[in-house]
Amino acid sequence: MTKHRFLSLLLLIVLVFLGYFVYQSQKPGGHFQQYAFKLGLDLNGGTELTYRADVSNVVGGDVNAAMDSLRNVIERRVNIFGVSEPVVQTEQAGLVSGQTDYRLIVDLPGVTNIDQAIALIGQTPQLEFMLERPEAKNFSQAQLASSTLDQIYAPTGLTGQYLTGASLQFTNTGTGQVAGSPEVALTFNDQGTALFSQITTQHKGEVLAIVLDGQVISAPVIQDAITDGKAVINGTFTADQAKTLVQNLNYGALPVPITLVSSQTIGASLGADAKTQGVKAGAIGFLLIVIFLILWYRLPGLLASISLSMYIVLSLTVFKLIPVTLSAAGIAGFILSIGMAVDANILIFERMKEELKRGKTIYDALHEGFTRAWLSIRDSNISSIITAIVLFWLGTSAIKGFALTLGLGVLISMFTAITVSRTFLFAIAPKTQSKFKKFLFSNGFHF
Amino acid sequence: MFIVNHRKFFFTLAAILVASAIASFFIFGFNLGIDFKGGSLVEVSYSAARPDIGSVEAGLNSLNLGDYVLTPSGTSEFILKSRELSQTEQTSVISAFTIDRANPATVVQSTTIGPSVGSEMESKALYAIGMVILCIVLFITFAFRKVSQPVSSWKYGFATIVALCHDVILPAGFYVAYIHFHGGEIDLLFVTALLAILGYSVHDTIVVFDRVREHLRVNQSTKTKETFAETVGKSVSETFGRSINTSLTIFLALLALFLIGGETTKDFALTLIVGIIAGTYSSIFIASPLLVTLEAMQKK
Repeated sequence: MTKHRFLSLLLLIVLVFLGYFVYQSQKPGGHFQQYAFKLGLDLNGGTELTYRADVSNVVGGDVNAAMDSLRNVIERRVNIFGVSEPVVQTEQAGLVSGQTDYRLIVDLPGVTNIDQAIALIGQTPQLEFMLERPEAKNFSQAQLASSTLDQIYAPTGLTGQYLTGASLQFTNTGTGQVAGSPEVALTFNDQGTALFSQITTQHKGEVLAIVLDGQVISAPVIQDAITDGKAVINGTFTADQAKTLVQNLNYGALPVPITLVSSQTIGASLGADAKTQGVKAGAIGFLLIVIFLILWYRLPGLLASISLSMYIVLSLTVFKLIPVTLSAAGIAGFILSIGMAVDANILIFERMKEELKRGKTIYDALHEGFTRAWLSIRDSNISSIITAIVLFWLGTSAIKGFALTLGLGVLISMFTAITVSRTFLFAIAPKTQSKFKKFLFSNGFHF
Repeated sequence: MFIVNHRKFFFTLAAILVASAIASFFIFGFNLGIDFKGGSLVEVSYSAARPDIGSVEAGLNSLNLGDYVLTPSGTSEFILKSRELSQTEQTSVISAFTIDRANPATVVQSTTIGPSVGSEMESKALYAIGMVILCIVLFITFAFRKVSQPVSSWKYGFATIVALCHDVILPAGFYVAYIHFHGGEIDLLFVTALLAILGYSVHDTIVVFDRVREHLRVNQSTKTKETFAETVGKSVSETFGRSINTSLTIFLALLALFLIGGETTKDFALTLIVGIIAGTYSSIFIASPLLVTLEAMQKK
C-alpha cells in the first residue's frame, strides 16, 4: 500500500507537470511554444488544393521519382509565395477503384484568397537558360543580394522545352579535374542544339545560368562553343546535388502536367468558431461525465475522474509531441474517446461491486475487479483499434484525423485505466471493513 | 433471463425499426453531398445586412451556373451549391454576391470537388465500412476461438454482424429522414460517424460475449450444469448496468458536442447519439439473445 501511495503521489506530480506543459505551450508567449497544437485548415482557416498529376508521359515508369520532384518544385513555389508552414504532399489514390491516380495536395494555412496561389502553383515548371548581364559581372555581394533575377540575368530564349533529357555521369579523364566527380549531361533536340550552339559560340567565357522557376540552380561558365547539342555542367557538387539537379532538369523539361481537381477554403472566422465551440463542448462533456461518475460511483468515481484528467492531459501531450494535426473531426474523435476511456473504469467498478456483493473484502474485490475486467477491456478495445486502423488506412485527411485521435485515445485510455486508476484505488483501499467504507466503494443506489 | 426469454419480442422490435429505416432510404433517398457527387459550395457572409436574395439570384443567373441552390444561412450568410465551378467562375460568383460595394461579400468557406474525386470517396467509404465489418468479425472469431462449445466461435462473429447491420442501418435511416426535414446531406463526416458506431457497438457487444465466455469456462471447470440460455441470460443481466452506464457517459460527451460543439459537428454528434443508442440496444437485446437462438437451431 505504501508503494501504491508513493506511486499515486508520483502520478499526481506527473499530472500537474503535464497539465502545466499543455497550458504553457498554448499560452501566447509561454514556454514550450513550439509545442502548440497543430490545427487543421478547418480550425485555423486556409486553403487545401488537390491536383491530379498526369503521369502517363513519364518515361521509364519511374513515377515515384517524378512525383517527388513535382513535390519539390511545388514546395519551392509555395515557399516563394511566403505561406507559413505550407504542407505539400503526394498521394496515390485509387487504391479501391483499381485505376491508380496520383495526387498532389497543397495545404496553405491562412491563405483564403486562392486565385494567386492557384496561378502560382498551377503553371508547369519552367526551365530557362539565362546569360549573365555584362553589368552584373561587377556587382558587389550586397548588390547581388538586392537585385532581382532579371537584373542579373538576361533570357536567351532557350528553355526546358528544347531539352530532351539530362543524366548524371562521372568524369573519367582528368583535365584539371579529379576523376570520378559527378557532372550533369544535357541533351537538346534539333532546335535546341542550334540555339545552344549559337549562344555558346557568341558568349564564350560568360556565365550561362540554369534557372528553374525563377531560381538559379546552377551557373556554369561557357567553356567552349557546343554545336552537337550535348552540354555538361560540372561544378563543385556532390553526387546527391547532381542527382537532384538531373531530376529537376528532367522533370522541369518534361513536367508532369497537373490539373486542379478540388479545392477547399475555410475563412478564419469559421475556423475560430469551430475551435472555441469544440473546446467548450469538450470541457462541458468532461464535466458532465465527472459529475455522473462521482454521483454514481462515489469514491472510485472520484478517482476515475482524476484518472480521466490524466488521460486527457496525456493524450493532449501526445497530440502535441507527435504532432497530430487537429481538425474538427479530430476533436470529435477525441471527445468520443473520453467517453470510451471511462468505459474501462466502469467495467472495473461494476466488477468490483459484484465481488463485494459476493462477500469479498474491499481489497480482494479490487484485485478481482481488475483481473477479471482486463479481458473485456482488452478485447473490446482491440476492436476499436481495428476500426481506427482501417479508417486511417482508407480515409481522406478528415477521416484520418478522426481515426488518429480515436486510435491514440483508445491506446492511452487502456494505459490510464489499468495503471493510473489501479494505483490510485490500491493506494486508498482500506484493509479494514466498515459499513461506511463499503458505502464509499460501492455504487449506484443499492446500498 | 427476462431478455433471453422474451427475445422474440426484442427481435421483432428491432426488425420493425430496421424495416422503417430501410423504408426511409426509399422514401427520402440518399441526398449525397459534394464530397461524393462532386460540385461546388460557396458560403459568403456580409458585415452589414444581407442583401435581398432576389438580387443575388439575378446576378448568379447571368453566370450560366446550371441548376444551383442558393440558401440564406445564419444571420448574414448565403450558401450556394452548384455544379463544379472553375476558378474563374468562382471568382465571378463571389463578385456576384456583392450587390453593394459598401457591404462586400466575404468568403466564409468554399469547396470544389471534382466528380472523379467524389466517386472515389464514395467507393472508399463503402469499402471502409465493409473492411471494418470484415476485420471485426475475423477478430471475434479469433478472440473466441477457445469457446466452441456449445456454439462455435464463428457464430459469435455472425451474431455480431447482425448487430452491426442493425447499428448502421438505424442511424443511417434516421439521418436520411433528418436531413430531409432539416436540410443537410450525406457527407464524409456522416460516414465517419457510422464507422465510429461500428467500433463502439462491437466494443459493447464484446463485453457481454466476454462474460458469456467466462461463465462457460467457469462452468466447465466446476462441472456446473446450466443451459446455454441460462448462461447468456446471466451474462446479459450482469453486464447490463455497465452497458447502460458506459453508453450514458458517451451520451453525455456527445450531447455536449451536439448542443455546443458548433455547426460542423452537430449532425455528426446527432448521428452518433442515435448510433450509440442502437448499439447499446443491439448488444443487449440482439447479439446475445441471438446466440441462444443459434444454439437452439443447432439442436434441431
